[in-house]
Amino acid sequence: MTSMQKLYLLVPLAPLFGAAIAGLFCRVIPRWVAHSVTILGVAVALVASWVIFKDVQAGNTFNGALYTWATSGNLKMEIGFQIDKLTVMMMMVVTSVSLMVHVYTIGYMAEDPGYNRFFSYISLFTFSMLMLVMSNNFVQLFFGWEAVGLVSYLLIGFWFKRPTAVYANLKAFLVNRVGDFGFLLGIGLIAAYAGTLNYAEVFAKREELVAMTVAGTGWPLLTAACIGLFIGAMGKSAQVPLHVWLPDSMEGPTPISALIHAATMVTAGIFMVTRMSPLFELSETALSFVLVIGATTALFMGFLGIIQNDIKRVVAYSTLSQLGYMTVALGVSAYSAAVFHLMTHAFFKALLFLGAGSVIMGMHHDQDMRNMGGLWKYMPLTWITSLIGSLALIGVPFLSGFYSKDSIIEAVHFSNIPGAGYAYFCVVAGVFITAFYSFRMYFRVFHGPENFGKAHDDHHAHGDDHHGDDDDHHDEHHGLAPGQKPHESPWVVWLPLVLLAVPSMFIGYYTIQPMLFGDWFAGIVTVLPQHDVLAKAGEHFHSAAGMAMHGFTALPFWLALGGVVLAWVMYILVPSLPGRIAPLFAPITKVLENKYFFDRFNEIVFAGGARLLGRGLWAAGDRTIIDGVLVNGSASAVGAVARLARGIQTGYIYRYAFAMVIGVCLLLVWRLGFK
Amino acid sequence: MNFPLPDFFPASAEIFVLVMACVVLLADLFKSERQGWLPYLLTLATLAGALAIQVGTAGADTTLTFSGMFVDDRLSDVLKSCLYITVFAVVVYSRDYLMARGLERGEYYLLVLFATLGMQVMISANHFLTLYLGLELLSLAIYALVALDRESARSTEAAMKYFVLGALASGLLLYGMSMIYGATGTLEISAIARKLSDPATNMDVLRFGLVFLVAGLAFKIGVVPFHMWIPDVYHGAPTAITLLIGSAPKLAGFSMAIRLLVDGLPTLAVEWQQMLMMLAVLSIALGNVVAIAQTNVKRMLAYSTISHMGFMLLGLVSGVIELRASGDIQLSYAFGSAMFYTIAYVLMSAAAFGVLLLLTRAGVEAETLDDLKGLNRRSPWFAAVLMMVMFSMAGIPFFIGFFAKLAVLQAVVAAGYLYTAVFAVMLSLIGAFFYLRVVKLMYFDEPLDTAPLVASSEMRALLSVNALAIAVIGLMPQSLLTLCATALGQAMK
Repeated sequence: MTSMQKLYLLVPLAPLFGAAIAGLFCRVIPRWVAHSVTILGVAVALVASWVIFKDVQAGNTFNGALYTWATSGNLKMEIGFQIDKLTVMMMMVVTSVSLMVHVYTIGYMAEDPGYNRFFSYISLFTFSMLMLVMSNNFVQLFFGWEAVGLVSYLLIGFWFKRPTAVYANLKAFLVNRVGDFGFLLGIGLIAAYAGTLNYAEVFAKREELVAMTVAGTGWPLLTAACIGLFIGAMGKSAQVPLHVWLPDSMEGPTPISALIHAATMVTAGIFMVTRMSPLFELSETALSFVLVIGATTALFMGFLGIIQNDIKRVVAYSTLSQLGYMTVALGVSAYSAAVFHLMTHAFFKALLFLGAGSVIMGMHHDQDMRNMGGLWKYMPLTWITSLIGSLALIGVPFLSGFYSKDSIIEAVHFSNIPGAGYAYFCVVAGVFITAFYSFRMYFRVFHGPENFGKAHDDHHAHGDDHHGDDDDHHDEHHGLAPGQKPHESPWVVWLPLVLLAVPSMFIGYYTIQPMLFGDWFAGIVTVLPQHDVLAKAGEHFHSAAGMAMHGFTALPFWLALGGVVLAWVMYILVPSLPGRIAPLFAPITKVLENKYFFDRFNEIVFAGGARLLGRGLWAAGDRTIIDGVLVNGSASAVGAVARLARGIQTGYIYRYAFAMVIGVCLLLVWRLGFK
Repeated sequence: MNFPLPDFFPASAEIFVLVMACVVLLADLFKSERQGWLPYLLTLATLAGALAIQVGTAGADTTLTFSGMFVDDRLSDVLKSCLYITVFAVVVYSRDYLMARGLERGEYYLLVLFATLGMQVMISANHFLTLYLGLELLSLAIYALVALDRESARSTEAAMKYFVLGALASGLLLYGMSMIYGATGTLEISAIARKLSDPATNMDVLRFGLVFLVAGLAFKIGVVPFHMWIPDVYHGAPTAITLLIGSAPKLAGFSMAIRLLVDGLPTLAVEWQQMLMMLAVLSIALGNVVAIAQTNVKRMLAYSTISHMGFMLLGLVSGVIELRASGDIQLSYAFGSAMFYTIAYVLMSAAAFGVLLLLTRAGVEAETLDDLKGLNRRSPWFAAVLMMVMFSMAGIPFFIGFFAKLAVLQAVVAAGYLYTAVFAVMLSLIGAFFYLRVVKLMYFDEPLDTAPLVASSEMRALLSVNALAIAVIGLMPQSLLTLCATALGQAMK
């Protein structure tokens, strides 16, 4: 193993080490040990990632196995790394956001009894996510995929005494099983027809694979496999209709909402499809499917953000919508734009989430926006950084969100695969919606009249982010008491905000040229010439500054401005307006409040159907056949035989001798009698 | 008359044990009040010394001595080494129990040494007479040991039953031997094997004798329908004696089967394999099923023994014997699997009875399932030991019992008896119930007796080593499997 390979190994193992120390000894070690060891682990991973980043930039990539885990027939299962520019970019994003979240957690979880456990989980998550992005084969990808899912499950249910949290993590678990089912089918198809699980070997066979059909059905193999893989991505990256778990995942503590459910894990699907671009490119059907799903998610999940009153849920729906944008980019073969948006989004969405967490702390664990307002005076750092995050999100020129989102819109504009027209409408309309809900939240939280400190009894109805494990002081910690003022958070909380605000502003400006129009992803992302929308967009691109200047005159900017102005009018200028126009939109509001009835539909059709099926199988199969005949039947049969044999064992010696003599006689007759 | 002095060297371990047995007798006679530990230590020293001699004199060659009546080969080296270790453990485990009941007297040690000597002779027998001599020496010593507690009606009854039935079985065995002698004109095992290919030999007489040989053997290792003494004797004997009966003699029994059947009557393999198959299947069925109905742990382990010996026989049944042109015999690995199974069983059995002995103390016999309840509260480590033993006996990976079962089943399937293998697995599953019940009682029930365990530290240590051996060999079974296979292969040359 060369020294670079050791360094590759160090990146995932350092957080794993921290997780193991904090997790195995969580009951004995003091808090400062738990957070020091995990932060050290992630910091080591970040530094190592940086060294690898520089090394890759110098042209040293790596693709190979470090260890053969199992061999089954001709199928080799290996632990291997593929280190290229896509990987190092993801490694940098994961480790840097993770480090910010680790530091932030010191402040956010300070009062929680599960402090050490929490640090163990987030470090374990970092390890899993790194294994996922560094993998060079499907088995390890699947391992990472499931491991991040596991940690997500554990963290959504972190406050496991709250029924809503348990419900939410169960929901996330079940919905992700649906996605994983498709994912496994996709991997299975590839393994069956390509005979290998290694990315490079599969890609080398793609010309053969494209001619194949799935035996017995006539479906084109690559289309079936890619749609299968994408269903996996839909589960993990929360695309309609498998998105239902993500809003509920806000039951988890805010730092993980930022790390897992905004910046990294939910983008695993985007990353995976980008990795698989050589396969997806060969199936226009799969690309169209991806495009339509992404466009639907981008627009319709944005609508839901408008009616939320819980600050975290607004950000959650915004995440869904932004994930939709990335998926749209994948659908039009603008993989680089998807990953570019993934990166910028990771920074500004983590910033928004951590900012929301800071507000929640300032509000003493009240997260209902109706109780906020005018916080800018009390929490200046949170205010400024949240404003930066919101401006980046809505795509104000020069900020990083502008570059990535505008590139996607441009790419869709140039695409002509089926569904591109619909997608273009969705992403452009989405800009207005995004601006509206983002600034609705911003104005209600930071400006306008101060609504906190009033007696409010209805907070139990909302998913308050209070620390559920310590019942002795949670009542007094629940929202601000009358007359109490919000306060700025401690430095461990605001420092990550400031550090995240920097890339939220500038990273797009500095990286758009190499990532989108340069050769950063050359050889990693494969795009057929007829799909190459980014090249067409690139003809109009001259410089990052020029693009921003041009942005001021383009339609998206004016739509965004319109959204902001509308929010300003409705929540600052004429605060009574929403109440007055509400009756006009009552039917739409009802649909939105019920989240398009997805949950109700799932509950009735899938949950109800599954329960019905289960009850039927239980009554017919389990109770009658298995319990009745097999289990109890065989048990009573065995018991009867045992009692019989016990009856023969009387203790009389003559019977024993008799049995022996009979035995000898039978043997004699058997062996000699029939000759 | 010319009477050359035989070569004593191959039998030096036997001679050492015999001399030391006499020394123990004298030491017991002349020891002072304060030297109560003397016979105990001398016995342990004897066993350790015998092991050292056995290992020290072990050679690659097969040596015959005493006019071809005694053989010293690789097989006997391996089996005897296991034998000394087992008896050593038995003596250590038993001492506290016997002392608490006033049974720890010189006779015990003397009889144990004579039983050991009998087993040594059986293992090295190359002649029907030597084999019978060893068997009787072993049996007589054990009859006396079962009745060691003369005050106990149950023990004396068990001894009486064992003695009468054992005499019957000896009669059957001797009758079979005489038939074989009648057909072949010799009692020397290797000579009998050579005679078999002689067309003048009367095969019907041989077959007739074979039935009686198999019956005698079946009694000794205790398989259905010659098993009925086992539950009563295991139950009736003091637990320390049950431990002895339930462990070391299985090694001698295995050796007896190999010497009599594989060495002596290889060309009749079809005959005795058919018989043993029947006995094995019956034993596995009866042992596993009836054990479920037992409430007494000793009886439960007795039935468990019956099923385990049935399993061991399956290995013998699956073996293929090939006669080479050179006169050598080629054996398939199935016999090795049977040997591995025997050694594995002895290890597990010693540990299981060892834990039972650990639970007893003055005036308290631990032998019903209720006595095991909540053992985890009283001693987590020894509950874990017993759990390992039970898992291993049930054949749960990765303990030694799993690989023993696996090796035998592989041999059975390779020999083409697929349905027998399926049947054996099904009944092992049924049998898993009563092993796991013990685990459940130990971990999930409230203890009835909360007194702390009293045991000497050497017993605790040795029992722990015993349990670790079950686990460690379970993780790395290959070297022992190879040892068994090569020992058998070499013995047949």
